[in-house]
Amino acid sequence: MADDGIGASVRRKEDQRFLTGKGHFTDDISRPGQVYARFVRSPHAHASIGNIDTSAALSAPGVLGVYTGKDLAEDGVGAVPCGWTITQTNGELWNAPPHEVLATEKVRYVGDQVALVVAETLEQARDAAELVSVEYEVLSANVKLDQASNSDTAQLHESVPNNTCFVWGLGDEEATKSAFNRAKHIAKLDLYNNRLVPNAIEPRVALAERDSGDDSCTLYVTSQNPHLARVILSAFVGLVPEHKLRVVSPDVGGGFGSKIFVYTEECAVLWAAKQIDRPIKWTADRSESFLSDAHGRDHLTHVEMAMDDDGKFLGMRVDTTANMGAYLSNFASLIPTYLHGTLMQGLYTTEAIYCEVTAVFTNTTPVDAVRGAGRPEATYLIERIVDESARIMGLDPAEIRRRNFIPSDAFPYQTQVALEYDSGNYGPALDKALSTLDYKNFETRRANSETEGKYRGVGISSYIEACGLAPSQVIGSLGAGIGQFEAAEIRFNATGNVTVFTGSHSHGQGHETTFAQVASERLGVPIEDIDVVHGDSGRIPFGYGTYGSRSLAVGGSAIVKAADKIIEKGRKIAAHLLEASESDIEFTDGNFTVTGTDRSKSIAEIAFAAYVPHNYPLDEVEPGLDESAFYDPPNFTYPFGVHVCEVEVDADTGEVSIERWVAVDDFGNIINPMIVHGQVHGGIAHGVGQALLENAVYDESGQLLSGSFMDYCMPRATDVPSFEIGQTVTPCPHNPLGVKGCGEAGAIAAPPAVINGIVNALSSLGVTHVEMPATPQTVWQTIQNAKT
Amino acid sequence: MPTVSLTINGKKVVADVEGRTLLVQLLREGQRLTGTHVGCDTSQCGACVVHVNGKAVKSCTMLALQADDSEVETIESIANEGELHPMQAAFKEHHGLQCGFCTPGMVMAAIDMVNRIPNLDEETVRHELEGNFCRCTGYHNIVQAILAGSKAMQS
Repeated sequence: MADDGIGASVRRKEDQRFLTGKGHFTDDISRPGQVYARFVRSPHAHASIGNIDTSAALSAPGVLGVYTGKDLAEDGVGAVPCGWTITQTNGELWNAPPHEVLATEKVRYVGDQVALVVAETLEQARDAAELVSVEYEVLSANVKLDQASNSDTAQLHESVPNNTCFVWGLGDEEATKSAFNRAKHIAKLDLYNNRLVPNAIEPRVALAERDSGDDSCTLYVTSQNPHLARVILSAFVGLVPEHKLRVVSPDVGGGFGSKIFVYTEECAVLWAAKQIDRPIKWTADRSESFLSDAHGRDHLTHVEMAMDDDGKFLGMRVDTTANMGAYLSNFASLIPTYLHGTLMQGLYTTEAIYCEVTAVFTNTTPVDAVRGAGRPEATYLIERIVDESARIMGLDPAEIRRRNFIPSDAFPYQTQVALEYDSGNYGPALDKALSTLDYKNFETRRANSETEGKYRGVGISSYIEACGLAPSQVIGSLGAGIGQFEAAEIRFNATGNVTVFTGSHSHGQGHETTFAQVASERLGVPIEDIDVVHGDSGRIPFGYGTYGSRSLAVGGSAIVKAADKIIEKGRKIAAHLLEASESDIEFTDGNFTVTGTDRSKSIAEIAFAAYVPHNYPLDEVEPGLDESAFYDPPNFTYPFGVHVCEVEVDADTGEVSIERWVAVDDFGNIINPMIVHGQVHGGIAHGVGQALLENAVYDESGQLLSGSFMDYCMPRATDVPSFEIGQTVTPCPHNPLGVKGCGEAGAIAAPPAVINGIVNALSSLGVTHVEMPATPQTVWQTIQNAKT
Repeated sequence: MPTVSLTINGKKVVADVEGRTLLVQLLREGQRLTGTHVGCDTSQCGACVVHVNGKAVKSCTMLALQADDSEVETIESIANEGELHPMQAAFKEHHGLQCGFCTPGMVMAAIDMVNRIPNLDEETVRHELEGNFCRCTGYHNIVQAILAGSKAMQS
C-alpha cells in the first residue's frame, strides 16, 4: 500500500482552506451589483390568504421589488415537484398536491412564504418585509399525527381527502397473517420516531444572477446535488432552460439530507433575479432554517413480531403513519416507503413480513430525508421489537439476534421486502462488538453502578442499510422520476497532472481526498498532482449528487471506470511510442512497460504525447487524454454492523449518561480509515441526539416551539462519549472498489442502541419502553409510571 | 452613520457602520473576511468566534461599534506566513473538521481555551466546547485535536 493510496489515512487535501478561513461557502460569494432578498412568511399554520398590500414596502428605501405568488403565477412559474410517484395498496396513484413557490390561496405551515422583498441592502429588505401587510383568515390547524387522517380534522389540500397522501404496503400480508396464527409468542410495541430538524451549521443560501447578454442564469446554492437542482428548476418549475442555467454549489457546510432538495426560496430568488436583472442573495437566518428546512422522521408505528418457542422470527407486521408536513418535498414519498419498508428484513430470517405506511399531511414544515432517511426509522422499530421479543422470551438480546441472523452462506439473500442482499456476515460483527465491550462481565459493572445508586444498561443495535443509491431501472420501476447513476471525468493536463470531475458532492465527506486516493492508486499519479472538482453544473458532465451513502460506491466507481478508459487509451499510445504490440504493454504504478523489458513510458509522458501529438497514432486514437464515464450500479450496497453502548441512568433525575460506545461496522473495503471513522463518529452523535435530545415540537396551533438553538437541543460535546470504532470487512461483490458507504450508519444504528440500553438499565423497575427523545423528564416520568 | 475605528488582523480599519451592524457583519461584508461564519441568530453555535483584545468573543453578539479601539483577530490571521498555527495543524492531523463551517470558530475558541487553561483534559475540553456546535464530527476528533493542539502550543 502506498502512503497515500487506497487504505491509507491520508490527511485531507481540503483542510488547508477550511482551516485558514479560505473556504468558498455560498454566502462568502458576492457578485457585483448584488442586492438582497427577504421572505415574508406566514405566522399562522393554516390560513386563507386575503389581500396582500405591498404598497408601503414598495415605497420603502432601497426596495427594488416586492413579489407575491400572483406575480409568479402570471409568469407561468410552476410548482416544486415530488420526484417519486407512489402506487397505493388499492392500485390507485397517490394524492400529490402542488407546492407553489409562493403561496397564493392558503398558507399551510408557519414559515410558508407569501411574498419576496428585494432591496439594495439586507437591512432594507428586512425592514421592508415588515411593511408587507397580509390579510389572513385563520383556519384550525392539523398538527396531531395520529388524528391527521380523521375526516373532522382540518383539511389542507382540496385534492387530498382526509389529508391522506397515500396508503402503501410492501410484503406478503396473507403469509404474515398466517405466521401470526402459527406463533407461540407475539411481541408488540407502539413507537414514536421523533421529528428532527436537520440543522447543518451552515444555513441555506441562494444567490441568483442573470446574464442579460445571453439570457443565461447562474444560481449559487447550498445544494447536495446541483445538477438535479438544474433539472428541477428548468423542467418542472420552468424558470430557465437547462442549457441556460448553471448551478454552482461550492463548499457546503453540512447537508445531512436537508440540502438535497430544491426549495421554494431558491426558485423565487432565481425568478426575481430575472425580473430585476441584478444578482440577488438570500441567506437563511437560523430561525428560518428551523421553519423551512425539510424536517426528518416523524413516524408513529405499531409493530408486532411473531415467534416460535425458540424465539425464531416467524413474521413481522408494521403499521406506520408518516408525516409529510404541509407539502411534498422532493423525495418525501420515498422516505417512508422504499427507504423504510424495504429494510424490514433487518439482519434476520423473518419468514413473512408486511409493512403498511399511511402518509398524511399536517400543518407543519415539510418532511423529507435527514441522515439515514427511512432506514433509521426502520432500524429503530426492528431493533426495538427484537429487544422486546428477547424480553418476553427471557432470552439474552445478543442470543435472540444470533438465532435469527441470516447465515453467512445464505447470500445473495432474497428478502421478503423486495431487496436482494448481495453479501453479509453478521455473526463476527456482533462477536467483535460484544468482546470489545466485555459484554460477558457486564453484570459485574451493573452491580457496581447499583452500589452508587445508578442503573446501568447495555444496548445492542444490529443494523443493515441499503446504500449506494441506486440502480436506475430498479428505482424507475418503483416510481422514481430520476435515474441514480453517477458521472466522472478524468482530465490529464499536458503537463501530466490531473483534474477529476465528479457528479458527487462533498459537504464534509472529504471527497477531494478519498477520490484523489482512488485516482492516484489507479493511475499511478501522486495524490498532490490530482485535484477533484465537484459542485458545478458548468464544469461537470452530470451528477446525481450526494445522499444515501452513495458517493464512493457509485461516484467512486465512475472514477474507476473513467480511469480504466484512460489506461486503455494510454496503452494504445504507449504501444505506438514504444513500437510494441498493444497486448504486450503492461500498466503498473503509473508506467506503461513492454512486458519483459525495461522499455517504459510514464503516464505523464503519454499525456504529453496526447496533447502534442507529433509522434502519435492519429489513425487509431484521438489526441488528448480526457475520459468520461457514467456508472449505474447493478444493486444497492448493504453496509451492516453492530453498535453497543453502555448507559447509566440516574433514577432520581432521569438523566442518562453514555459511558461507552463500541461500533463494529462493515463498509466493505475502506479507502481512507480516518475519514470513515469520522463519518461514523458524526453519525452516532446525530443518532444520540435523536435518542436523547432532539425533538421538533409543535403546539396545537401549529407554532414550532423548538424553533431555535435555545429550544431545540443539539448534541454538544458533553452529550456524547468518545467512540470505539472497529470494522469487519465483507467487500461489496458488485462494484469495482468493493465499497459500500458509511455516512449514515451511525445515525441509523445509534437510536435503538441508546433506547435498548436505557430499557435494559431500567428493566428491574418494570420499564419496557422509553420514548425518544429520552430526556431526563421523559425517563423520570417513565420510571414513575412503571412504579405505579 | 457613526464611525468605528479598530485594528483587524494588525491592520487599522476605519468604517462607517449602522448602529445595528454586528461585528461579524463588519468582518464578513465590510472587510470581506469571510472565514468567520454565521450559523445561528441566538449566539449558540459559535461559528463566529473571533478574538477581541485576545479573548474569544462571538462576533454575532457584539455590535461593530462596541469593538471601537479594539484589536480583533480572525481565523485568517493566525497562520504564520503560510505555516499553520499549531491548533490549525492539530485539527488537520486529527481530522477535527469535516464540512469546515464550524471550524474557524472551533479553532479560535480552542486557542482561547489553551490560553486560559494550561493543562487541558478531555472532560474540560468537552465542557469548554459548550458554546460551539459541530454537526459533522460528533466532537470526538475535535477533542483529540484540541488536546494535541494544546500540547503543541505549549511546547
